[in-house]
Amino acid sequence: MKLNQLHQKLIEAARTNLPSDAVPYAFPKRIMARLPGRTATDPWASWSHALWRAAATCFAIMLLSTAWTFLAPHHAAPGTDLSQEFENTLVAAVGQDQPADSAW
Amino acid sequence: MERTEADLIAAVLKGDAASFEPLVEKYSPRVFAMARRYARRESEVEDIAQEVWLKAFEKLSSFRGEAPFEHWLMRLALRTCYDSLREHQRNRETTFTELSEPEEVWLDRFLTDPGSSDENADAARQLVNRVLERISPTARLVITLAEIEQRPMKEVARLMGWSVPLAKVRAFRARAEMRKVLSRMAKDKYL
Repeated sequence: MKLNQLHQKLIEAARTNLPSDAVPYAFPKRIMARLPGRTATDPWASWSHALWRAAATCFAIMLLSTAWTFLAPHHAAPGTDLSQEFENTLVAAVGQDQPADSAW
Repeated sequence: MERTEADLIAAVLKGDAASFEPLVEKYSPRVFAMARRYARRESEVEDIAQEVWLKAFEKLSSFRGEAPFEHWLMRLALRTCYDSLREHQRNRETTFTELSEPEEVWLDRFLTDPGSSDENADAARQLVNRVLERISPTARLVITLAEIEQRPMKEVARLMGWSVPLAKVRAFRARAEMRKVLSRMAKDKYL
């Protein structure tokens, strides 16, 4: 059929017609001039950097707190330690509500 | 030492826009060749190429480096050409009265004696461009990729983000659409 032949002939004509790859003069310079004001940065990368910075800051604060705990002068009363003070604080309310002679 | 594409892309993503220029210089010929395949006029070609590069810069963070940069860029270029075709879609109901004289002569010769018409003639090339302008953007894209550039259907599907069966269906419809245009053109002449 002529239509099939015409189709084929035109496709072959298009195959022989390779488009030019010529680039206009100074085209890359014109593109570069249009880039300011546009952003190519990755928002997830920015978020990730912010998280890493926050993690580093938290780690530094943790180290300082640990150092302060060990190195700060100790003002606790003689005979009491941290566990005793903690227990006293925790049961203070219970101790006030109970009669003096009540047993646990 | 010459920087690799990966280095250049990483530098651009860190905010060094100047590192984008070597990429523009290297790949602009391919972008222009593709734009010329789909643009109706030479004046549109530079607009399309410019849009491709500005989109490439803005979407560079979506390039994950799993495939070569060139593939990513050409897919973006193809999508931009497709969008441009859709934007400039013209009324395809026009008749072929505006065929130039060499085109008419070529078509006459073909219709009287198909073997005598030369597919290398400029008139044949102009005629095929005229036909491609009259089919839908999707059909034009598929005909160009699958028939003119002779790319495998799998590649057409990958480039357009379609499944292979969908690409095959669209190729079938595109051929039918082109044949319809050719049929009308031939009827307008003598058939």
